[in-house]
Amino acid sequence: MSTQASAAVAEEHAHRDDVGSKIGIWLFLFTELILFGGMFIVYAVYRFAHPAEFHLAAIELDTFVGTVNTIILLTSSLTVALSIRAIQDGRTSLSLLLVGLTQVLAAAFLVNKYFEWSHKFSLGIYPRSPEMLNRPSGEILYFGLYFTMTGLHALHVIIGMAILGFMMVSIARGTINRTSHVRLEAGGLYWHLVDIIWIFLFPLFYLLH
Amino acid sequence: MGNPASLAAPDFYHVKTKHGGILGWILSTDHKRIGILYFVSMMVFFSIAVVIGFLMRLEMLSPGRTIVEPQTYNTFFTLHGIMMIFLFIIPGLPAVFGNFMLPLMIGAKDVFFPRLNLLSWWLFVTGGILALVSLFLPGGAADTGWTFYVPYSIRTSTNVIPAMVAAFILGFSSILTGLNFITTIHRMRAPGMDWFKMPLFVWALYSTAWVQVLATPIIGITLLLVVVERVFGVGIFDPTLGGDPVLYQHLFWIYSHPAVYIMILPGLGVVSEIIPVFARRTIFGYKFIAYSSVAIALFGSLVWAHHMFTVGMSNTGMFIFSLLTFLVSIPSAIKIFNWVATLYKGSIELEAPLLFILSFIIQFSIGGFTGLMLGVLAINIHVQDTYFVVGHFHYVMFGGTGFALFGAMHYWFPKMFGRMYAKKPAVISWLLVTIGFNVLYMPFLVMGYMGMPRRYYDYLPEFQVYHVISTVGSWILIAGLLIMFVNLLVALRRGSPAPANPWGGETLEWTVASPPPLENFHTIPAITTGPYDYSKYEKIPAEVM
Repeated sequence: MSTQASAAVAEEHAHRDDVGSKIGIWLFLFTELILFGGMFIVYAVYRFAHPAEFHLAAIELDTFVGTVNTIILLTSSLTVALSIRAIQDGRTSLSLLLVGLTQVLAAAFLVNKYFEWSHKFSLGIYPRSPEMLNRPSGEILYFGLYFTMTGLHALHVIIGMAILGFMMVSIARGTINRTSHVRLEAGGLYWHLVDIIWIFLFPLFYLLH
Repeated sequence: MGNPASLAAPDFYHVKTKHGGILGWILSTDHKRIGILYFVSMMVFFSIAVVIGFLMRLEMLSPGRTIVEPQTYNTFFTLHGIMMIFLFIIPGLPAVFGNFMLPLMIGAKDVFFPRLNLLSWWLFVTGGILALVSLFLPGGAADTGWTFYVPYSIRTSTNVIPAMVAAFILGFSSILTGLNFITTIHRMRAPGMDWFKMPLFVWALYSTAWVQVLATPIIGITLLLVVVERVFGVGIFDPTLGGDPVLYQHLFWIYSHPAVYIMILPGLGVVSEIIPVFARRTIFGYKFIAYSSVAIALFGSLVWAHHMFTVGMSNTGMFIFSLLTFLVSIPSAIKIFNWVATLYKGSIELEAPLLFILSFIIQFSIGGFTGLMLGVLAINIHVQDTYFVVGHFHYVMFGGTGFALFGAMHYWFPKMFGRMYAKKPAVISWLLVTIGFNVLYMPFLVMGYMGMPRRYYDYLPEFQVYHVISTVGSWILIAGLLIMFVNLLVALRRGSPAPANPWGGETLEWTVASPPPLENFHTIPAITTGPYDYSKYEKIPAEVM
């Protein structure tokens, strides 16, 4: 710690404290977990109230697409972790490539999601559709939660992609480098959060039957 | 502006900034400037909410229509609640005095994430403006009450969505402030300042920050779900689609009960700062006060369902939530005992800040005891949704936090603005505000206990006498507030320059100039003793007496 440097010019460097930065990002991740935690509470309450209807509705989800997306996201977590390792070793272009690969995988996840959702819509499964309103309330709740929770998760995937985009710019410019990479670690942690939320969404919606 | 005779740097008002004029403020990452920004914007919202409250009291002067239509009254109590809670009392002490004082009190140059701090303020202003804009959009202002209970918040045609999005944005701002403070307190304390040498206001901010970080996301997701429900009709809370409105209430209070501790804990911290300074004594039971802040934050997060004893819950659930509610009173009482013990045999100087704090102690105790009454299952069913609840809440929030905020304003005003205010008008305003407050809210407790329901536009004639007394109280209160703010505003221009340490405080913010220089400390101080060492002081230094 260089607390002695009091010149205003050196402010940016005097403030550098990677542990503190990581405390900040972890606290932020807690808030995200609790944000989704609220939805998991809602899910738990309604599944407890309508176990049979949740089971029936879950059969209509495509487990294959869900599994593929799980594999895609897990792989993307690996690539982002490797990119941090690469920057620590000073291999800038490899790190850049790995973050880029993460972006590609994230996009693939969203494309899958898009086809999955449009298929559901074509079957008349969307909120307030005539088809949905004929179904028992447990199934309405199941699909309501399915769209809301995976939708919010997809939003986080998009935010994660934006964050990783900034990281790529910073790596290319050299502001994220071998000695200063806490921001990339923060971006990676956020990406792992997106991943772990999916790890819970996947069994709770796709593997019920 | 630098005075060549003194070695001190220019104060933060006169330091040269990258941008001039207003941009030098709204783009500044200096914690002191951000604190002042919060102060100004919060006072604007506070004044609007006070006026709405004043109009509500005027409407209740007589049964039936007095000045406004029923629908207008509904939007009045909704906006009064939303603005007072989300724009004034939740950000209140942490955002203004926490921002300004926290780095000074722990011997740091700024908060850990200065830019994030500025973002918090921007979010705060955005949320505040959105809440105000929702008033004037077609559809009319929200009329659900600040609680946004479903199913009415799903059905009403008024602008619920902008109001909820505003609350969501304000919640995000609150989270970022909390996150920033936790990191700052962990990483930026001056060398030698271990956890038990921190001022108690810092302990209070620390406990508050954890509640902000851990509870606020729940209100975020809950409001978001209602917005999704309104826009897409997914059926999460809507009973016609199988949803459960009571689940909404649970989620709402899982945040909103801890939120009342976000509101009160910093106030308790302010009391612990002011009392030792004006009693010239080391605080009694430092560790108990510090731990009780943490205990309040902990227990306070587990009592939310006591707002819902009448909506249907198992007897076991009711029993547990009632018991936990009683447990919260223990750490709160510990604080009161310690404060009173600090005053005992102290060399008390009855300055304005201490007067506000003495009112605080009595009013907060009344609020606390009525809170215990509400926690009793049998009484709760009798007084649920009456003026008794409203009276209790205002005794804790206004009589408590509001007075702590006024106390903090009078205590730290010289440090923040570098001027002394006139003491006599400050004392007169204290007297009027205290009398006005009690005349306004004591009848709430009485008529509530007799059965006057909250949020009703009309009432039975037998309640009129209480409503009249209460409305008269609101006039006294407003008069007191006017004197207070005019006095402080006059002091900004005409007040005599404040010395570095006008009250003889022993915490670090009093070791720097008033107002402080940009970087706060020339050299970061090394800490060897606790924060309230009064063995050296006998009286307030003569130059300010």
